Amino acid sequence: MLAFILRRLAQSIAVLLAVGLVAFALFHYIGDPINAMVGQDTSMQEREELREKLGLNDPAPLQFARFIVNSVQGKFGLSYRTSEPVGRMILERLPATLELAFCAAVFAMGVGVPMGVWTGLYPRHWTSRFLQAASLIGVSLPTFLIGILLIMIFAVILGLLPSFGRGNTVQLGWWTSGFFTFSGLKALILPSITLGLFQLTLIMRLVRSEMLEVMRTDYIKFARARGLSNRAVNFGHALKNTLVPVITIAGLQLGAIIAFSIVTETVFSWPGMGQLFVQSVQFADIPVMAAYLLLVAFFFVVINLVVDLLYYAVDPRLRGGMTTASARGH
Amino acid sequence: MTGANAPLLEVRHLRVEFPTRRGTLVAVDDVSFDLAPGEVLGVVGESGAGKSLTGAAIIGLLEPPGRIAAGEIRLEGERIDNLPYEKMRRIRGAKIGAIFQDPLTSLNPLYGIGRQLIETIQTHLPLSAQAARARAIELLKEVGIPGAETRIDHYPHQFSGGMRQRVVIALALCANPRLIVADEPTTALDVSIQAQIIALLKKLCREHRTAVMLVTHDMGVIAETADRVAVMYAGRLAEIGPVRDVVKNAAHPYTRGLMGSIPSIGERGHRLTQIEGSMPRLTEIPKGCAFNPRCPDRGDRCTRERPELMPAPTTQAACWQYDPAGVGTKARETVDA
Amino acid sequence: MAFVDLMRRAADSDIWYSFKSSHVVVVATVVTLFIFAMAFLAPILAPHTPFDPATLSLSDALKPPVLTGEDGADWAFPLGTDEQGRDVLSSIMYGTRLSLVVGILATIFSMVLGIALGLISGYVGGGVDAFIMRLADVQLTFPALLVALLIDGVVRGLISVQRHDEIALYVIIGAIGLSFWVQYARTVRGSVLVEKSKEYVQAARVIGLSPVLIMIRHVLPNVMGPVLVIATINIGLAVLTEATLSFLGVGLPSTQPSLGTLIRLGQEVLLSGTWWIVIFPGVTLAILVVAVNLMGDWLRDALNPKLR
Repeated sequence: MLAFILRRLAQSIAVLLAVGLVAFALFHYIGDPINAMVGQDTSMQEREELREKLGLNDPAPLQFARFIVNSVQGKFGLSYRTSEPVGRMILERLPATLELAFCAAVFAMGVGVPMGVWTGLYPRHWTSRFLQAASLIGVSLPTFLIGILLIMIFAVILGLLPSFGRGNTVQLGWWTSGFFTFSGLKALILPSITLGLFQLTLIMRLVRSEMLEVMRTDYIKFARARGLSNRAVNFGHALKNTLVPVITIAGLQLGAIIAFSIVTETVFSWPGMGQLFVQSVQFADIPVMAAYLLLVAFFFVVINLVVDLLYYAVDPRLRGGMTTASARGH
Repeated sequence: MTGANAPLLEVRHLRVEFPTRRGTLVAVDDVSFDLAPGEVLGVVGESGAGKSLTGAAIIGLLEPPGRIAAGEIRLEGERIDNLPYEKMRRIRGAKIGAIFQDPLTSLNPLYGIGRQLIETIQTHLPLSAQAARARAIELLKEVGIPGAETRIDHYPHQFSGGMRQRVVIALALCANPRLIVADEPTTALDVSIQAQIIALLKKLCREHRTAVMLVTHDMGVIAETADRVAVMYAGRLAEIGPVRDVVKNAAHPYTRGLMGSIPSIGERGHRLTQIEGSMPRLTEIPKGCAFNPRCPDRGDRCTRERPELMPAPTTQAACWQYDPAGVGTKARETVDA
Repeated sequence: MAFVDLMRRAADSDIWYSFKSSHVVVVATVVTLFIFAMAFLAPILAPHTPFDPATLSLSDALKPPVLTGEDGADWAFPLGTDEQGRDVLSSIMYGTRLSLVVGILATIFSMVLGIALGLISGYVGGGVDAFIMRLADVQLTFPALLVALLIDGVVRGLISVQRHDEIALYVIIGAIGLSFWVQYARTVRGSVLVEKSKEYVQAARVIGLSPVLIMIRHVLPNVMGPVLVIATINIGLAVLTEATLSFLGVGLPSTQPSLGTLIRLGQEVLLSGTWWIVIFPGVTLAILVVAVNLMGDWLRDALNPKLR
């Protein structure tokens, strides 16, 4: 168990270092950090001094090490565009993105899993056929179109929900939250649906196909032969066995939600990290891009680690090492 | 309750169909037999002969689109083939237990065996969790699992194949059923373990007076265990009778071929024979007797009329040879007299 | 060769039967062909040339679609006009053409790249293999959209904004192509590893055929089936990625608008009630992507159920 976690941790750190290398390369070889810090009229000599002072003339490995150390402390330098510290820019926008991603994930899981179970158990029912067909469209439609459509209907035509921004927020230390005001909650609805819809359809289709697969297995047949009630068979035995793949995909999708919030945030002018990233790409604001990349990689790695641990909790075959070997043969 | 000599299970003219895109397949066709309380009936035949489907039909677990198209099944005199799902579910496990081929896949890998035993016991018997656990341990001891008190909390992957099949047998016996349908219970096991499992099954059924429908293609298992044998071919019953007679004095040409192909049963020094050709696909079952294209004793009547089971010297066989009118004109002389 | 092989398998399998019996797929195919025809015949069919400033007149601006029957609707502009007087229908036809060109070229680029890397990785093995596959792993950690955005941002950092607008088409093809190579490479590598150990490849080696020749003559035909299925599915994805990038304002510029760009420009004026500027390109994109995906899904299931 411990060895397993350590191995996964080591792999995670390796991935982070690889991404860090990419980010560092961006930093180091594209654009000139000095330009962002000084005015047009700074002389070459002054620039050179600044270079020396910032350690930009040191050998690359040393700079990389320094870059990693700084990154861990949240120091990513200054934005080329606004000359603000990148760490602070991102921190300001982090709560907006995380709250949005959280709501979208809850929406996707909370609706997607029951729909998948239903369509998996009753694949011939007309509602299942309808949901299956609708989900194909859901998977195919680009996020931004869904967002625009929702804005059309609920903001422009019905005038029920806001089409942009977070509404009123409450300050909790450095965290700004939209969960505690009515307008903040209202503002979350459309973006969360937009962001979660793709994951919802994906999770539904996955749960459905896993459910269909599990229902064909011998142990489900045997559970029926033992006379267990439908509820015990469907939810006690079948659903739990679909969980392992669902956890994997749902975990990966949580990462995807954070990444795809880029699009949703642009559609709804949501003041989060995604919007910041798009702006930084448009202006080739390398420090912000590099920091965002690292942060997203960090989220992904953490999510993967959690997913692995959840496997452990769900599947006893991964846990018991003691008599596993004797399972083969006699 | 019916009388002591009344059959436990009656199957009458059972017909199982599979509607497919290319027409309806008849997988079990007009099969009838009885099973007495405590009796072990072996059902043999090649794969695809319909023996497993007959078993599935009896426990009410045909995979859709498969369905019982005709005939009836009675357990202790009451029809069970047309029961609503919920009523049939209460019979499964309680009155009819089932054992499947592969012990490796019959148990849910994510739950401990104790949980699976206890949930089955509590589904059918009004026992508290504690009493159910005690019974589960009892059952595990009975099927010969050493250290049952600790092993009950283990997961399926922590047991060997043979041990798992013992657990499966314990699961089938949870509510003391009157009948167990065992579908190839030993096929997936090592040869050395097969014998142990069969001996265990036999012993338990004698002790509990449980009848067994033992579906297998292994004649050795049948000869050792069964009281009577039913031979199936292409969805039909070819022959049925006491095990000794079917093995030693088979009446149906197919059964004779089947017995001739088994080394342990044919006499020493005899050449093993094999049946020419192979069983027809369900889409291409010939007219008349399904076996006629491969039959050495075929007559023209065999290609026209389908034989029902009829009294043969010691068994019942579906073969025109035992009809007073015979097989009709022989199409060719048999090669060896 | 691969194509002939594919067709033979097609004839053998129930593929034609399943095509005819699946009305959805037939409709999807017809719709796709229709959209392709509309797009590639745009210079002939389109009623206007929306990107030629000389033909534009501000007096034509913001005309509603004909079917609304509102004031100012004009049969010369059946789907209305935008705030600069550009015909929405013509914009869509030209925009679809650009979207498809980007989608197809990016798919071809990623396919060639993926096949090449997969062949090298599988055949050379060792450190090269490990490097390429680890790179694939790391890249797979991120959604393709993010990778494409990053590549685009890097290019912007390297060249001036004006220059970027000029070569935006190639940048975006490259960016999308580079984000989709992994799946091909993995498929091809797996197949190479299987084939490499087979005797005929060993024999070819022994008689001194060059490795490149062996790979192209023997290994490649075996993987073309799955690769083409992946490519079909990826065309839809590539079109979608391009649309998303353009929507985000980092894809094709407004002087050279694809469907995604049109949607972005339309959304900016959506709140003023001129819905047709965004809805019609949006619907076109939606129909195109759904139709291509339906075909891809069907092709995958029909050719190889195991890929599911």
